[in-house]
Order: sequence, then C-alpha cells, then structure tokens
Amino acid sequence: MSEINNLKLCDLVDKIKNKKLSSKEITEAFIDRSKKSSKLNSYITENFDNALNRSKEFDEKPDFNKKIPGIPLAVKDLFCTKNLRTTAGSKILENFIPTYESTVTQNIIDHGGIIIGKLNCDEFAMGSSNETSNYGNVQNPISENLVPGGSSGGSSAALAAKLTPATIGTDTGGSIRQPASFTGTVGLKPTYGSCSRYGIVAFASSLDQAGPMTHDVKDCALLLEVMSSFDTKDSTSVEFTRGNYLNDLNENIKGKKIGIPKEYRVDGMPKEIEDLWEKGIKIIKDNGGDVIEISLPNTNFALPAYYIVAPAEASSNLARYDGVKYGFRSKGENLIDMYEKTRSEGFGDEVKRRIMIGTYVLSSGYYDAYYLKAQKVRRLIKNDFDEAYKKVDAILTPSTPSSAFKIGEKLNDPVSMYLNDIFTVPINLAGLPAISIPAGHDNNGFPLGLQIIGKAFDEQNILNIAYSIEKNIGYKNHINDWWIK
Amino acid sequence: MTIDLKTVKHISKLSRISIEEEKAKRLTNDLNSIFKFIEKLNELDTSKTEPLTSVAETTLKLRKDKILSKNIREDILKNSPEKNKDFFVVPKVVE
Repeated sequence: MSEINNLKLCDLVDKIKNKKLSSKEITEAFIDRSKKSSKLNSYITENFDNALNRSKEFDEKPDFNKKIPGIPLAVKDLFCTKNLRTTAGSKILENFIPTYESTVTQNIIDHGGIIIGKLNCDEFAMGSSNETSNYGNVQNPISENLVPGGSSGGSSAALAAKLTPATIGTDTGGSIRQPASFTGTVGLKPTYGSCSRYGIVAFASSLDQAGPMTHDVKDCALLLEVMSSFDTKDSTSVEFTRGNYLNDLNENIKGKKIGIPKEYRVDGMPKEIEDLWEKGIKIIKDNGGDVIEISLPNTNFALPAYYIVAPAEASSNLARYDGVKYGFRSKGENLIDMYEKTRSEGFGDEVKRRIMIGTYVLSSGYYDAYYLKAQKVRRLIKNDFDEAYKKVDAILTPSTPSSAFKIGEKLNDPVSMYLNDIFTVPINLAGLPAISIPAGHDNNGFPLGLQIIGKAFDEQNILNIAYSIEKNIGYKNHINDWWIK
Repeated sequence: MTIDLKTVKHISKLSRISIEEEKAKRLTNDLNSIFKFIEKLNELDTSKTEPLTSVAETTLKLRKDKILSKNIREDILKNSPEKNKDFFVVPKVVE
C-alpha cells in the first residue's frame, strides 16, 4: 500500500494545499489500490479514467481555496451522478445513466472533490448486510466472509480498506452508522433536512438522510461541511446556518450533560458491548462531563413502527419503476402484464417483501390499524427524546447490538436481520443527528461502535463529544490486507 | 391476525409484482413473522396521540411558478427502454 492511502482526508487536504502531493498522485494511489481490491466487491461502477483526467485538470489549474481540493472520493451508488451509471444496487436500474447530478455529489464536486466510482449497497438501501445487492456481496476488510454492514456496505468496506479517503452514505434506519460500526470507521447521520435529498434514489422519504463516512471525527466534520446545504430542490431541506464544523471542533466536554437511556440495555446484549458502553461513560466522566440516567420508554416500539413507516413510503416511492420511463423492462402481453413482469424480474426478494408490506399497511381497511398507528407511535418516540433533552445535551448508546456477522448467517430470517438496527432506528424516526465512532473490539477482534445522539441541528455538539471520546479511547483498526495477498 | 396465501396474492396484484406459487408460500411465512413482530404496537394506547407525518414540521415553501428546466425532452427520454420519436412506447392499451 502506498503511504498516500494511509493518509486521512484532512491530511490529504493539507498535503495538497502545501503542494507536497498532487491531485494526480493521490487519485492514482486510490485507484491503484481499488484495482487490487476487486475481491472486496465494493465498487459497482468505476470512474477511474475520468477521475484521472479530472485530477490532471485540477493540477493544471489548482484552486486551493476549496474545502477538498482535488481529492478523490468514491460514493454510495444511491446518489445520482450525471453521465455515470447509478444502479441503487438494483437490477431494475442496471442501465440507468442519470442526466443530472444529486445536490450532495454536486456539493462535493463544487468543493473540489473528484468522484472515482460508485460503491455497492443493499438494493434501494434496504438491508443491513449488503447481501440484498444485485451486484453481489461485499467483503468486510476486517475479516474474510464477514458482512460490512448495510445498506452503505460498499462505502464502509472501501473506506476501511483505504480505497477512498472518505465516502458518503445514506441512512434511513442505520445504514451509515451500522456499517461504520462493523468496519471500525466513523459515520454520521445528520438531522433530517440538513443534507439535500435531491438526486438520491428514494427509499423512505421522511427518514432518508445522506451523511459522511470517514476514518476519524475531524474528517467527518470536514465532509459534513461539504455535504450540508439548503436546497430549494428538496422540499424538506431546512434553511439554517450551517456550522464551521471542522473549525469549531473542540474536545472540551466539561459540564456537558450526557444521557444514558436504560431501555438500551437490551436482553442478550454481549458483555463486550456492555463493557464498551461503560468505557465510554468513564471517559465522559473523566473529562468533566455529567452522566445522567434517562428513560426513553417507547424504545421497544421503534423497530415495529419503522417496519410499517419505511415500507409504506418505499412502496409508494418504488411505484415509479414501471419499465416505461427508465430502467429495466420485461416483455408482457399487455400493459399490466408488462408492469408485473418488469417489477417481478427487476426487484430482488427483500425489496419485493418491503413493497408488499407497504402496500398491505396502506391498503383499504388496514391504513388506520397499521400506518396511522405507526405514525402515532412515531410521535411518542419523538416525545421521548424531547423529554430527555430537557435534562441532557446528548445521549450515549452502543451503535449496534452485536459486531459484524458472517455472510449468509441472517439471510433467511428477516426479523433477526431487522434487529440489527434496534439502536439506530429511533433516531431516524425522530429526525435527530447521531454519530457512530469505533470504540473497541469483541473477542474475535471485530470492531464495535458507540453512538452519540444529539438534539436537532446540534451536529457540532455530537462531533465535539465524539472527538473527546475518540482522543481518549485509543481505537485502532486491525486490517492485514488479506484480500490482496 | 395472520396473512393467508390469498391475501399475499391480492397484495402482489396491488403491488404490480407477479409472484410464483412457491415464492408466494415462502412470502406468506415471512410476512407473518414480520407482522407478528409489528403487532407489538397494539400494546400501546395511542387514542390520544396525534400522528407524526414528518419531523420537518414546517409548511412547505412555495416557489415562483417559473420554468426552471427547459429543453430537457432528450434528457427525459434518454433512459427509456423503448421510445419512438418524442414518445415513450408501451404495450397496446386501447383495443
């Protein structure tokens, strides 16, 4: 591995600004390592030649005032990229070449970033292990045949394996934070309305948010600055003053009140995770933070409510795939037959399952019992957080109830797969920001993460707390390049 | 409550997704285990709770009624699996 691959995003930005490295050198280093890492299957579409040309153009006319000048980045294949294939991990979009750019990837380009490829993900971001992708499983660089988490599994794997210095994902129920936790990396889901949803292939529109995935908290702050913007093309984009997250990063958490929700001590949680949580609590106390036991009484209802709300919205969003305007089409005897065959052959099993759940809970006679009920429960969950935030500034929990599992292990049991998101889903339902940072290892040496949940639009605060824990917890990723040897 | 094979076939019709008999049976089992898990919500009394549709509880902003994208016909048709001149082509609808 070239030394360049070991550098973090902020270091690369410094090197390029100080003319120690050129954009071409950096871009080449990440492309070379990506080419040697095809066994991980983290890319769906490569944009290497184009990216190299971009990097040469940058070096000829460099603009060092950009936030990420000439920096190559691979992104989750859920973001529409102009003239670059965007599949959302689905067969139904296997030939889809967008004629427009998503706002978030446009922000990356405007700030000097260069897109080197599109990363694997669960089909339409529906999954927790990247196993629902039409483009095959992704290997977790931590260990062979281990899932990288999902749905942003290609992103977490490519980042941990240093095929990209940083990346972006989307998070509807944990799809940034869970894969970050499984790969020993940092992932942040911003407050709903922070990053524009324009040009992101829609899954559940009231929950979807894009966010940064990086090696450390500093990089995370920088990439959030790049991504976050008010956008009139997204009707739920919120107009607020975005922070200077990197500049204002501060490890001083003296006097901060951190809540520990007792409902997150779930039955059967491995002792290693319990210990890790205690370790985080101790660090906060040692650094002058105030640890307060809190209650989020409706936590246990979040996952069932999510599995009504998210599929309902998905069934509506995915109605657009009809084989007419874009995407895969199957031959049919008549229009309806064409629709039915196109969708049957174009969608994978998990996506079909969720469309069916969604269709059912929205169908006549069941709407009140399921969909309306779930929306009411969603209110109760949000109220829980509102109550808690009267007493505390942020909340600390584990990111996941277990470490990464083996490929195939949970594939035939949808409910056990869904339980992966038990600690992350409530945050999406309430629209809050949360960050997962690597904090330790289990007995197998697999990474485990801690999650810090903030008040709406209080990203700076959770970044600061994460920064403080990161400095004190001394986490290191153990990756031995097994897929290259 | 349980979901039977007939219901699954009905939902598949509503979803415009054709499903083979074997798969429909497996799906019936999956959906039942998922709905058993969802039924937990019935433990909660929500008779006095207002539904939460979106966390961004603001009224949608209106923009000026101005055309922002012009001459994008080609763009729109570009990814169509079947087109004829300026039209999307679908199987015959009217006899």
